[in-house]
Amino acid sequence: MIPSGNILFCGVGGQGILLASEITAFALLECGLDAKKSEVHGMAQRGGSVVAHLRYGKKVYSPLIDPGQADFVVAFETMEAVRYLPFLHKDSKVIVNTHQIAPPAVATGKMVYPTDLLSQLTSRNISVFPLDGFSIAKKVGEIRTANLVLVGALSTFLPVAEDVFLEVLQKRIPRKLDENIAAFKEGRTITA
Amino acid sequence: MTKVSSKNKQWLSGNEAIARAAWEAGVTVASGYPGTPSTEILENLCTYKDVYTEWAPNEKVALEVGMGASFAGARVLVTMKHVGLNVAADPLFTASYTGVRGGIVIITADDPEMHSSQNEQDNRHYAYAAKLPMLEPSDPAEAREMLKKAFEISEEFDTPVLFRTTTRVAHVKGLVATGKRKKGPVAVAIEKMPAKFVMLPGNARMRRRSIAERMEKLAAFVETFAANRIDKGDKKIGFITGGISYLYVKEAFPKASVLKIATTWPLPFNKIRDFAAQVDEVVIVEELDPFLETHIKAAGIACTGKDKIPAMGELNPFIIKKALGQEIGDIFAPVDIPPRPPNMCPGCPHRGLFYNLAKYDVFIAGDIGCYTLGFLPPLSAMDSCVCMGASIGVAHGMDKALGDKAQGKTVAVIGDSTFMHSGITGLVNMVYNKSMSTVIILDNRITAMTGHQANPASGSTITGEPANAVDLTELCRAIGVQHVRTVNPHDFKECKKVLKEEIERPEPSVIIAQAPCVLLPEERRRPKTPLTTILDNCTGCGTCVRLGCPAINWVPLTAAEAKKMGKKEKQKGYARISVEMCNGCGQCLAVCKFKAIGKAEDNK
Repeated sequence: MIPSGNILFCGVGGQGILLASEITAFALLECGLDAKKSEVHGMAQRGGSVVAHLRYGKKVYSPLIDPGQADFVVAFETMEAVRYLPFLHKDSKVIVNTHQIAPPAVATGKMVYPTDLLSQLTSRNISVFPLDGFSIAKKVGEIRTANLVLVGALSTFLPVAEDVFLEVLQKRIPRKLDENIAAFKEGRTITA
Repeated sequence: MTKVSSKNKQWLSGNEAIARAAWEAGVTVASGYPGTPSTEILENLCTYKDVYTEWAPNEKVALEVGMGASFAGARVLVTMKHVGLNVAADPLFTASYTGVRGGIVIITADDPEMHSSQNEQDNRHYAYAAKLPMLEPSDPAEAREMLKKAFEISEEFDTPVLFRTTTRVAHVKGLVATGKRKKGPVAVAIEKMPAKFVMLPGNARMRRRSIAERMEKLAAFVETFAANRIDKGDKKIGFITGGISYLYVKEAFPKASVLKIATTWPLPFNKIRDFAAQVDEVVIVEELDPFLETHIKAAGIACTGKDKIPAMGELNPFIIKKALGQEIGDIFAPVDIPPRPPNMCPGCPHRGLFYNLAKYDVFIAGDIGCYTLGFLPPLSAMDSCVCMGASIGVAHGMDKALGDKAQGKTVAVIGDSTFMHSGITGLVNMVYNKSMSTVIILDNRITAMTGHQANPASGSTITGEPANAVDLTELCRAIGVQHVRTVNPHDFKECKKVLKEEIERPEPSVIIAQAPCVLLPEERRRPKTPLTTILDNCTGCGTCVRLGCPAINWVPLTAAEAKKMGKKEKQKGYARISVEMCNGCGQCLAVCKFKAIGKAEDNK
């Protein structure tokens, strides 16, 4: 049986979402799977809510994940995990960076950043894996590796051996490789 | 597990695949104007050897450049977004008459759902209206194959070819087979062909007949064109679909019979008729307008489509299943959380200009670019936005309508790239017809929203080579604007003064608000001096928060918390500046009356 699945990456423009989804796609492709990824560029990238859909399997037609069909969600920002709730199903696994970025209405005091975000997911019996990507990234010595911590956490759920991911990291982001690998491995410990 | 099966396959976006295909097809000249979702085509093509690429000031110029290169015998790619084809429509309709020497393919990248556009027009109608063939791929791999075929069609049938993508083709990545580059079949040389290239009425009437002949030949060709293919399946419903919708249909109804249309125009009516005869019911699935449906119905073939399938926004398998009465299961309802619209970056020079401009009781006619975000609260400094360059005409029109009451009431705000694109003629009109409006050119040296493409005012080409930079001040003076002022939008004192003087002036004037985009590589490298709130001095007045800078957050306080901090109990909160996000532009420093903002390094 050839595995298939749908991964939704979401967060705020500028957080490195496209790179994280790209690394994941390469790892899946290395395993001989077909994949398609849909991104949105342009206006949304200016600090807005950003989402990338990654689908893999024997043969992928639609590049979009349907509502209720995301098996995994990798949220770079806490509130964004909840924004895409209609894409989730009851067996979805959600990896959430506990980092919070105030959207304009919150930053200007017009609205309040919700405090019950993770319980919105857990109360629907969705498995949630919160992690503090930035603290971990700081710990490994490179603040910009938070996205790889998230990819690491996701990787334990995918039909891809750890070595394949490490090879992809080496090939695709050779700069600061040790830090990248350390961040990725830290991420794996959270879901393993 | 096996490794990626085919080693010569690459992981490419639709746009990257189109660039690759253009190179493989022997394209030697390419021109376009940036616009989501088309931009990455030329950004990629310019990295290939032996192809001349350029950013034109607008799509009309790009297509005219393309026609000249085709007349010389080159294979040519011209790229633009859907609304760009409106700008290029003038040469387009006559390019249909002249035909080509070297193959010419025009990419129209449409944006259903308006992810990054002001409308979601369906450019398939252009193919019908301009009597041109149009091809539509479904994914990156097909985009490559079909684009190469498009060049052959262009030369064989002596016609420009329209090639339509949508956001979910252009910005989707998938595995793409690649090949080698081949030379185009036509020798590049000047060949004078006045009867074909000089569209005076006498010649044009002759060429009009050639178009009719060409479309007849094309109509026969599309019947046997292999990309118009049938996926045989269950005969209950036969789907007719094309472009991205084909993939949605395959996902939603994997066992159904499907006629996949690659040639959106002309349509293979015989093939459609045969297909319709083989199935119980024909359902057309297409995004946006009932283009296929209308033409198929007009051909007398019974079908349904838009009575069920939405005609607005993007489709997806879910929407199609739901529309056709399939079981879709329970879906979690969305949770009510604060929205996250895009915002101008920390340190964006546009913010300074808008903050000061918003204090005037004026109508602010806006334009297309990052600065359109000035519309959003808390700046709320934009009253209209229509199309590229419209700000200047709109401000002038309002000025004329207001008559005696117009003085000091209308302002146009336009970016440098948009001014180059189609703002200049508006300014000529404003001077010529004696406007009292003020035009503010937000000059950040780059086409920022689409990801930093150079423009004629930037001083560099698409490949980063140094080039002439249009002197905006001299240009405005030459047009006849007597008062052209340049201000630094980060300098609030000067900004306020110049805005007041020029807005009140009873004649046309131009303010050039000049400061580089903070996302330019050289600006990113510049050492930053981040600012911070000096909490002892912050009174919670909220003035800096009203800049809407992403680096400034309002922190609410209860009376008890305020008291504990040594503040007055009625202080409702304070502003916190994120050192990680702050770019040190100093705009908040300029608006703070309480000395509550200082350099982060001095106030740890």
